[in-house]
Amino acid sequence: MLRLPRFRYLRPKTAREAAHMARDLGPKAMFVAGGTDLYPKLKRRQFEIEALIGLDFLDRRVDGGTIGAGATLADVASHAGVPRGYGQAAGHVSSPPLRNAGTAGGNLCVDTRCNYYDMTYEWRKAIGFCLKKDGDICLVAPSSPRCWAVSSSDTAPMAIALGATVVLASDDGEREAPVAALYRDDGIDYLAKQPHEVVTEIRLPVAARTSSAYVKLRRRGSIDFPIAGAAVALELDGDVVDSCRIVLSAVASHPLEAAAAGEFLAGKRLDRDVIQAAADLAAKPAKPLDNADLTHFWRKRMVRVVVEQAIQEAIGAGGSTVKLAGQ
Amino acid sequence: MKNELQRDVERVSLTLNVNGERSQVLVPVHKTLLEVLREDMGLTGTKHGCELGECGTCTVLIDGRPELSCLVLPVQVEARAITTVEGLAVGSELHPLQQAFAELGAAQCGYCTPGILLASRALLDVNPKPTRDEIREALAGNLCRCTGYVKILQAVELASTRMSS
Repeated sequence: MLRLPRFRYLRPKTAREAAHMARDLGPKAMFVAGGTDLYPKLKRRQFEIEALIGLDFLDRRVDGGTIGAGATLADVASHAGVPRGYGQAAGHVSSPPLRNAGTAGGNLCVDTRCNYYDMTYEWRKAIGFCLKKDGDICLVAPSSPRCWAVSSSDTAPMAIALGATVVLASDDGEREAPVAALYRDDGIDYLAKQPHEVVTEIRLPVAARTSSAYVKLRRRGSIDFPIAGAAVALELDGDVVDSCRIVLSAVASHPLEAAAAGEFLAGKRLDRDVIQAAADLAAKPAKPLDNADLTHFWRKRMVRVVVEQAIQEAIGAGGSTVKLAGQ
Repeated sequence: MKNELQRDVERVSLTLNVNGERSQVLVPVHKTLLEVLREDMGLTGTKHGCELGECGTCTVLIDGRPELSCLVLPVQVEARAITTVEGLAVGSELHPLQQAFAELGAAQCGYCTPGILLASRALLDVNPKPTRDEIREALAGNLCRCTGYVKILQAVELASTRMSS
């Protein structure tokens, strides 16, 4: 049986108090909201902590573009007021019972993943541990000095494409930061916020002219983490693109913006050739490694496909989205 | 893993509302709801499966919504209504879902059945006449290794028809 390790559970009443506790305890403590990713990782001993700081006080309301960080992914997905692509992304996270517990804030902060890391303690010990936890080398790229674990949030790329911001609370006040500034290109140190800062709110600009969509590729359509994903937010002037942001999930250690593709689309009329050319451009910076489900060669090839489908979905021309055999 | 067992165990006294009954338990704070239900409260209808949130067999309802009890701490749900499979029948009368599952052979080994019954109950509570696709979506987090799902879907449809008539 997989049991949780022994820990203390702290129950702050406010974000300020939670941040104060986190600053005091340092790496010996972690925040927990829905716990859907944290508890499995604690059971596999991927984190070693002495205390959990419960974020049960977080606002759970969804009000159009303003989303309490404690709102469940199920509530975000079913709310008519959130931008369509963000709702799609939240609705594609994991499985229905996990979306009833997992939170909007938690999905933005979700740990990076890797085939050599998301395993039980015994498995990791048998293979000699990896750089991200307990080991000295990255088992995916042994000659590389860094960790290549994969950013696996579905909502983060969509939030970045939409130009969203988060409110970060600390023990000495609050600040608002773009979601894009939350991440670093590093599998271990993947969050750029201060460790004691609490994400309390997500603010999505709601513009009538913006269309958005998220397309996710995974082995099982009912539960898995992404192995490639595309978040697209377009501003249209008639049928001409005013501006476009395309952000990819699960192809790097951070949500990867395909800026060249977005710039290429600006000022263009969206026809089949233009969409395909943009998708080709968007796929270029994606360099998946052999550390997630299915082969990385295939995942690289599929990036173009998910981008194309996401653009089509955003402009309402979406047909069937990419599926693996048997789905 | 170092010195883990040398740490003190923090015990908490909690009042849990399970199947409409309030029970007081004194449990280590790091025990999951699944472990507390089975080991401290004797409610063994909720099953241990993967324990990592993938299989759905430990599904319980929390305020009417399916959640996975292997990934919930009791301390986080103290004020909320918890329903386990033991709370479905009324006295000796099975819930229409249980009746339909039994009649149609929607359980083979039966290990996934408690979770699927509860996920189905949550669906029918908010959507009394779901389409087959809606049932599929609602049960997407519950794995069954035996049945191939067809009989499960049929049983939910049968229960839905009986409950609405």
